[in-house]
Amino acid sequence: MSGNENGNETGNDDRPATDGGTAEGSPPTGEEEGGEESARFAPADRVESVPPSGIREFFEVAENRDDVISLGVGEPDFTAPWPARSAAIDSLERGRTSYTANRGMPALRRAISGRVTRYDQSYDPDSEVLVTTGASEAVDLAFRAFVNPGDTVALPTPTYVSYEPGVRFAGGEPLPVHTRHEDDWALTPEALREAGADEADVLVLCYPNNPTGATMDADEMDAVAAFCREHDLLVVADEIYAALTYEGDHQSVATRPGMRERTVVINGFSKAYAMTGLRLGYAMGPEAAIDAMTKVHQYAMLSAPTTAQHAALAAIERCDDEVERMRREYDRRRRYVVSRLRELGIEVSEPGGAFYAFPRVAELAPDGDARAFATELLEAEGVAAVPGTAFGAGGEGHIRISYATGLDDLKEAMARIERFLS
Amino acid sequence: MDEATRSLIDALVADARESTADLARQTGLDEAAVEERLGELEESGALRGYTAIVDWDATDEERVSAVVEVNVELDRETDYDDVARRIAESPAVDSLRLMSGDYDFAVNVSGSSMGDVSRFVSEEVAPLPAVTKTVTHYVMETFKERGVRFVDHDDDDRLSVTP
Repeated sequence: MSGNENGNETGNDDRPATDGGTAEGSPPTGEEEGGEESARFAPADRVESVPPSGIREFFEVAENRDDVISLGVGEPDFTAPWPARSAAIDSLERGRTSYTANRGMPALRRAISGRVTRYDQSYDPDSEVLVTTGASEAVDLAFRAFVNPGDTVALPTPTYVSYEPGVRFAGGEPLPVHTRHEDDWALTPEALREAGADEADVLVLCYPNNPTGATMDADEMDAVAAFCREHDLLVVADEIYAALTYEGDHQSVATRPGMRERTVVINGFSKAYAMTGLRLGYAMGPEAAIDAMTKVHQYAMLSAPTTAQHAALAAIERCDDEVERMRREYDRRRRYVVSRLRELGIEVSEPGGAFYAFPRVAELAPDGDARAFATELLEAEGVAAVPGTAFGAGGEGHIRISYATGLDDLKEAMARIERFLS
Repeated sequence: MDEATRSLIDALVADARESTADLARQTGLDEAAVEERLGELEESGALRGYTAIVDWDATDEERVSAVVEVNVELDRETDYDDVARRIAESPAVDSLRLMSGDYDFAVNVSGSSMGDVSRFVSEEVAPLPAVTKTVTHYVMETFKERGVRFVDHDDDDRLSVTP
């Protein structure tokens, strides 16, 4: 440890020193006043055009109080199952620390290919599966591989926060398609038509949905598939929550007639196996699609983390019971949260999957403002929930409640919300 | 077993003190239906009891536990059930199981001293005609009991708000 407080000038470091003495200790935030140095790093227009994350300020308030119960966490509260962790450790002990094949270890791709047959999906492990650094990388790859500058990408709103920036980074134009509480947040051909998605090039689907918890039933998915065929849309289907489906079977758009050839399915290990920090996902699609995505992946990432790939293989092979145990527990919490909200007179559509409920607070907040409601709830009662607007304009009037939190905390949080409303 | 009944059992295993109202909320049943199903499960013997998990080390009570391995030799008049019935009678026995492997019964025993436990083994188990051998293992420390960990751990290192 050197005596230097900033720790960025050790004297022992024989790397060439930069002139100008920049980067004093803290990472660049992009929000500082532009001095000489930050002017040199003026973000590219694509980056500048993307607003900062809508949940960051909540995160800061919530982190700085110790009495906060957070219903704002978008990841499992469980730990990755032991067989998966053990396989990761084992791979390190055996010295498996090199790159894998660009597309991922063949054994893992075979396991993935076998696993998704439960959703009636069938992909050749050699040519139609790509292992990625989290499903997030797969989403980014899909946009970079298939979106041309100026292409229109239809995004149902509210939806997961990464799609819109991803589309912009790729040079595409996001087209919001409003889903509605009244439809239980399902996507309908009417909503697509109304938004002008018949003219779009790509459609992104995320069901079960973050932040609404919505799932699509077979008929609803058939109708969306028909729309995509009729208007020749490519589909990026983010099915990361597929394993956390509580009502009926998971419905994949890719299994509809004529859809496999126009769909990239994205899935991963983060949610089902509580492996968020291991960063492992995958994309599946026709050979040409996976080839294109692999081209970007091999230059940008080379291969997904090897240790995590070993964990993922064990997860598929040996953790079914553990996944089912977690799913059952989420399901009980889901029922509990929805019941309690409804008892409090708060409208909430039935969430069929993921681990979110998306109650309507418009009538409970000044001016129907979800952000104001969430801020007051956090300040008055120490309950953190994410305002729906963080997930796009379609989330106005709602908050996202994550039930990836133990039942005791959920009970306390609901009691606090009850007190807050009275 | 239907989905709701299974959820009901899961909820009770997680916390047997759940109120009927909270059980209803978690299972999607109404309160009357919860009561009715609990009655059925108790009636059928599926739900045998609701009991507390106590970390005696955290109290000022002395408590000594042991696992006793018991080997038995059966004859025409004596089967496993007979021996088990006899051993289970003692209030010192917390659990009793027939095992595969090197011994026949595993008996979890507790008392207020090692003397208590030893006396139970020497006076109530060893003298039974069918018993040929006992091995007593005293419990040194309990880390987890019926799914509940005794070591305080708060390892939620997740960020408090994430997308």
